[in-house]
Amino acid sequence: MITKEDVEHIGWLARIEISEQEKAEYMEKLNSVLDYFGQLDEVSTEDVPPTYHVIDLHDVFREDVAKESLSQEEVLANTEHTQEGAFRVPKIG
Amino acid sequence: MSAKWMSVAEVKQQIKESSAEEVTAGYLETIEKSKINGYVTVSGRALEKAKKIDSEGHEGPLSGVPIAIKDNISVKGLPNSCGSRMLENYVPPFNAHVIEKLIEAGAVILGKTNMDEFAMGSSTESSYFGPALNPWDLERVPGGSSGGSAAVVAAGEAPFALGSDTGGSVRCPAAFCGVVGLKPTYGAVSRYGAVAYANSLEQIGPLANNVSDIAVLMDVIAGHDARDSTSVPEAKPDYQAALKDDIKGLKIGVPAEYFGEGINPEVGKAVWDAIHRCEDLGASWEEVSMPHTKYALASYYIIAMSEASSNLARFDGTRYGFRKEAENWHALISKTRAEGFGDEVKRRILIGTYALSAGYHDKYYLKALKVRTLVKQDFEKALSKVDVLMAPTMPNPAFKLGEKIEDPLALYLSDVNTVPINLAGVPSISVPCGFTKGLPVGLQIIGKPFDEPTLLRTAYTFEQNTDYHSKRPPEVV
Repeated sequence: MITKEDVEHIGWLARIEISEQEKAEYMEKLNSVLDYFGQLDEVSTEDVPPTYHVIDLHDVFREDVAKESLSQEEVLANTEHTQEGAFRVPKIG
Repeated sequence: MSAKWMSVAEVKQQIKESSAEEVTAGYLETIEKSKINGYVTVSGRALEKAKKIDSEGHEGPLSGVPIAIKDNISVKGLPNSCGSRMLENYVPPFNAHVIEKLIEAGAVILGKTNMDEFAMGSSTESSYFGPALNPWDLERVPGGSSGGSAAVVAAGEAPFALGSDTGGSVRCPAAFCGVVGLKPTYGAVSRYGAVAYANSLEQIGPLANNVSDIAVLMDVIAGHDARDSTSVPEAKPDYQAALKDDIKGLKIGVPAEYFGEGINPEVGKAVWDAIHRCEDLGASWEEVSMPHTKYALASYYIIAMSEASSNLARFDGTRYGFRKEAENWHALISKTRAEGFGDEVKRRILIGTYALSAGYHDKYYLKALKVRTLVKQDFEKALSKVDVLMAPTMPNPAFKLGEKIEDPLALYLSDVNTVPINLAGVPSISVPCGFTKGLPVGLQIIGKPFDEPTLLRTAYTFEQNTDYHSKRPPEVV
């Protein structure tokens, strides 16, 4: 069971602001989904390796050579908040 | 002339007889009269592109052929909203790999299609731009998350379309709208330029009115791309060469677990009729057991939500997309995400964050990955005895708008027959196989990894010997 405090904590970890009213609603809906997930406890997975992805490709590298990339103008085109060719954000704390 | 329901071969013939411009103009005219909210953006450049093909000439497999693209696949210069307020005004400065391939082939992009927000849903109701509607019954959902792509193909507003399938998002709407939809083997089509939801599960896939057009599109979009590290380097097959009307000797496996409780009896009957039709055509069938099927749904959702919580961390109001100003950096991000994302997206991020957090990682995420191994082994075992598996794509026909959107778990349960395929990474195609009370039913044909040719041959043979795919929705005729 996740509590209201858990919802607050998860909201902080995920950087999603949650209002007081939403907390109760999330608690209910999240718990019903997590209850459903609990059924996996029935499955014996001792000695079963995890599958992170299904194809047998590991450590795919390319040659370390510089390639053409997007221009600074293109990169900045999707925000109004720029300053001296950089993205502008408020101070951290 | 308003264009409708042409196969790619017919479109090409029409271009020869008139022009690419006229064909594209015909589709744009059909789109203008649309009642289904299938497109979120209609390209202002489509006509110009078609004219250019007429005037300059173009030798490609799709020269002048129009196509619709799901709104999570980047097309340079066209908005890529992912059905979200978060990306409402985002315009990608680059093309996805599949778009580069389509442009090279000469395709004309008609526009971007409606979808569940960030591809999370099975109804297209979570779109910020309002739901797309099912052309067979405007009070019902088209399925999702590629609901717009399936609906516009079914309504004749595009000859074919691209969607993406993370847990059924191509096959579900294909089944609900009575069109053909393929989820390729994981690694067959590059995901470069497709906005990630759950990257270990998803593939870009084609939707069309017939199996041949699916093969035409696969011949264009499949193949290795170094920009997607999960794209396989092996040579791609000739998909169109697989289109043969012959399934003599084909071995079909029927997993009883896919016909369990909750399956609409008429859906079950339509699928069994299809299996028997294949038997008449020279195939044989046997029951196979896939005992971990019942755990696939929970495993899938834990993995998908966990991957989503990480993938969607990039939407922070800094470089693109929605932004809510605040006094400091953390507040800016938290407020931006609170207002920019819809309810279902937030729920999935929150659950995924929880499943990956300290103390719960092993209980949820690691456990789900282990169950994924067992589900995958079920497929390996079953497909070692038979060539393909057949099952209903969706347990029920299209449901009514509003019926499930308030109850997330009920909505998740409708994906029970599609998500195991993504966990295993195998290819699967949904083809029309009947109707129940005027609504289409989809037959799901599942194959071995990279054996799309057998899937296409089976689907093509079924299609050549039935006429479900040529039925058109009454509402929009």
